[in-house]
Amino acid sequence: MSRRFREIIIKNIFAVFAVLSVLILGLIVIFLFREGLPIFREVSVSKFLFGNFWYPTYDPPEYGIWPLIVGSLLVTLFACLIAVPMGVLSAIYISEIAPASIKEILKSVIELLAGLPSVVLGFFGMVIVAPWLQETFDLPTGLNIVNASVMLAIMAIPTISSISEDALYAVPREYKEASYALGATKFETIVNISVPAALSGISTAVILGMARAIGETMVVLMVAGGAAAIPQSIFDSVRPMPASIAAEMGEAPYRSGHYHALFATGIVLFFITLAFNLVADYISNKFKEEGSGTL
Amino acid sequence: MTMQSYMRWRYFKQRIFFGVVSLSALVITLTLLGILVYVFIHGFRAVTWDFLTLPPTDSMTKGGIMPAIVGTLYLTVGAISIALPLGVVSAIYLTEYAKQGRLIRMIRVGVNCLAGVPSVVFGLFGLGFFVVFLKFGSSILAGSLTLGILILPTIIGASEEALKSVPQTFREASLALGVSKWNTISRIVMPSALPSILTGAILGVGRAAGETAPIMFTAAAFFTAVLPRSIFDEVMALPYHIYVLATAGANIEQTRPLQFGTALVLVSLVLGIDLIAIVIRSAIRRKKRW
Repeated sequence: MSRRFREIIIKNIFAVFAVLSVLILGLIVIFLFREGLPIFREVSVSKFLFGNFWYPTYDPPEYGIWPLIVGSLLVTLFACLIAVPMGVLSAIYISEIAPASIKEILKSVIELLAGLPSVVLGFFGMVIVAPWLQETFDLPTGLNIVNASVMLAIMAIPTISSISEDALYAVPREYKEASYALGATKFETIVNISVPAALSGISTAVILGMARAIGETMVVLMVAGGAAAIPQSIFDSVRPMPASIAAEMGEAPYRSGHYHALFATGIVLFFITLAFNLVADYISNKFKEEGSGTL
Repeated sequence: MTMQSYMRWRYFKQRIFFGVVSLSALVITLTLLGILVYVFIHGFRAVTWDFLTLPPTDSMTKGGIMPAIVGTLYLTVGAISIALPLGVVSAIYLTEYAKQGRLIRMIRVGVNCLAGVPSVVFGLFGLGFFVVFLKFGSSILAGSLTLGILILPTIIGASEEALKSVPQTFREASLALGVSKWNTISRIVMPSALPSILTGAILGVGRAAGETAPIMFTAAAFFTAVLPRSIFDEVMALPYHIYVLATAGANIEQTRPLQFGTALVLVSLVLGIDLIAIVIRSAIRRKKRW
């Protein structure tokens, strides 16, 4: 009896800890709202989201984060243009083509790239890429959309590559063998069999890579240039949402309008990435790859 | 088109494709190497014994980074001592106890979403909850807690993988001998899974050591003259120090060597930690007997 009792107690204690992650997520929402919602006493939701002017320190202040949202979306989009092909192609190389020894090395490379601190990448972008861009294209500043996108792409590639690789690896061998048996080349098998079979996993990888890029802070803080205006060209500076939060929170007086506005920007950022993650989760569950046994 | 030229065309396409694909892998590798080599070349001259053991002097334009190294150490140790127990216990529940159902589904979605929360949002949460609401102030405690919940999903994921890789027959053999479930987990499953769990923990440490945004508002100080004396003190931290020197220092151009030196120390620390984990993991895989 006492043993059964003990087992039940242990199980329930463990359950409480397991739910903790969900509770923390809830707490994050609660405290973002607690500190962020008061801004909507000063400015309407639509004025906040779609207002074109972010002048939080002016008198009277303007709290329109549309330029910040556009900045975030643009650098994420351009980062994906680089990171998606690079990530998916490298995943194909690693899982389908590379010999075992190179495969191990490349997997370590991807993992180390994922581990590279973002502040170091930002620093690299500032001191190497920015002066180079400025000189090559004769620009007023090298801290711009192009620079930020390239650095963000480097951050997103490991996410996209490793998740795509898992998806490709999970494609049952029988599929490929059937394709070879029909006389298909390795290339035709990859393009017609492996990639389509792994497509849900690859889509998940791309979405999570985008979420990673849009939420990344230090890179955009250091290399995006920081201009809170709608850009006219890809060589213009922008001020993506995370950069704005990180740069200004230190100076915003406690519980001022500016402080609340930055938390509200955090709410927007949080829900954008949450949406990305929920979609990724939905896709990977809905189109779960089934083994050959279920055919 | 003859049969032969058709076949040649198909293999030609294949060669082009293989070329493009291996090129992308090559570019990624060269990017990593390029960054590492560049940071090393520009940084290694700055990294001397004094640089590692002395505090900054002359408004941070000279001297070393010792307080930042110590601060990062404190924050990282704090983060892992919070995340490791919580993460392992969650993973044990998810893999060993829970039955498939609503609750499990909810927890999993929660963990996935937590993993996707941007680091700056963790910073905001840490500020709103630990610093302001719980009145910890900007401190080692608040920073460690924030970093701890940041790496929690990583730890849960790694521990789950580790527990799942322990063969079901181990558990069945133990249960068949009349051993209780808890004893089966603590005496049979955990010892087999422990090396992999620790590998995951090491990776978590590397992640925590390199993060900047979560500690900006919760722990990091621009400059401290003395080392922290309690967990309620602010600390300097390596990643934040790089950011400060590179963007807001007293003389940005003149302190470049210091910036590269700090970057080199941080990169060596973080990637060294990651490399240790990678090596341990491949050793575990090779020695696996089941």
